[in-house]
Amino acid sequence: MTLTTEAPGATPAEAPSAIPSFQVTMRLRRFNPESDTEPRWENHTLTMHGTDRVLDALHKIKWEIDGSLTFRRSCAHGICGSDAMRINGRNRLACKTLLKDLPLKKPITVEPIKGLAVQKDLVVDMEPFYAAYKSIMPFLITTGNDPSRERRQSPADRERFDDTTKCILCAACTTSCPVYWSDGQYFGPQAIVGAHRFIFDSRDEGAEQRLEILNDREGVWRCRTTFNCTDACPRGIEVTKAIQEVKQALLFRRV
Amino acid sequence: MTTTTIAAPRSPRRLRGRTNTELYAWLFMRVSGVFLIVLVFGHLFVNLMVGEGINALDFAFVAGKWADPLWQVWDLLMLWLAMIHGTNGLRTVINDYAERDQVRMWLKMLLYVAAAFTIILGTLVIFTFDPCPAEAAAELLPSFCPGA
Ligand code: SF4
Ligand code: FES
Repeated sequence: MTLTTEAPGATPAEAPSAIPSFQVTMRLRRFNPESDTEPRWENHTLTMHGTDRVLDALHKIKWEIDGSLTFRRSCAHGICGSDAMRINGRNRLACKTLLKDLPLKKPITVEPIKGLAVQKDLVVDMEPFYAAYKSIMPFLITTGNDPSRERRQSPADRERFDDTTKCILCAACTTSCPVYWSDGQYFGPQAIVGAHRFIFDSRDEGAEQRLEILNDREGVWRCRTTFNCTDACPRGIEVTKAIQEVKQALLFRRV
Repeated sequence: MTTTTIAAPRSPRRLRGRTNTELYAWLFMRVSGVFLIVLVFGHLFVNLMVGEGINALDFAFVAGKWADPLWQVWDLLMLWLAMIHGTNGLRTVINDYAERDQVRMWLKMLLYVAAAFTIILGTLVIFTFDPCPAEAAAELLPSFCPGA
């Protein structure tokens, strides 16, 4: 046999010694609906390495200390958008946040994202968030007969909405918005980003309807330009700018 | 063309009432804000810095200003814009933070009544102000009063 798989931890002197390791305290907000009436805090002190992310620390806890810890993750590489959580009070993807970039002197707090109902530990009910996204009709709307070839678009026209195509629906923006925390009826930044992606698409003809939906009492005018969403977005989308562009389009009825 | 034209699916749906209230409220905040900057700083400059500055402030000074239609209009605009601007701001805060519908409604009622009262009272004062009350001491009155 030439191929050998080393058991994890079997070669402590090799790889890990190359990377600096450190002690880190993870302060998790836990909630078990079957036994808890109130969420509680739980601390774990771990030895982690400079290449580890918050997600790795959560894995370590789940796999080695307490298997009941519940959180969502899928791709672990910032693509699927399932592991948005409040890390040290800011909405971040656990899989994109390196531990070494956080202040390690103090415990690192990890909470579920705010404004959506907690189901267990770090898992929240995403349905209201998806419902807001659905209500802005996130699909191509056209009239007339379908063309027999692709719908052409100039690079300049594509550029117009490029930023908002990058959204991975992680909900970091919507659940960082103070207006959304206190008023769950507000569409929230993500729905506006989703609408922006189609409103400014030259191939789409549903801009009028989408603008009308966002002109609602709970629409774009609820935005206070707090910039929490722009700060939270793991894809670096300029969320507040997109919202302002939608406001402008509504104001001048021009896309 | 042989194909029949069918009405587009999902033709614009009428949302409840389709109003632009929030749009206008938002726009008003920006526009009135710009006006208020000019009005308020103009007011402060004229009252506190020009001539003797703050030492000139007394009944006669105010009476003199309000005898001039320019300052009547200036103060009236300032009153209305500032009150509506502030009221709308507070309305937003109440909408954002009052969670129960009843509380929200009553807070807004209180707000609107207070705002309406202040606006009406202020407007009344600006237009019915008497710069030369008959029984006042002469040295307190502006120069154009018959008694002064
Ligand atoms: S806009 Fe950014 S923060 Fe908001 S859901 Fe999309 S990717 Fe997440
Ligand atoms: S696990 Fe997929 S984005 Fe973090």
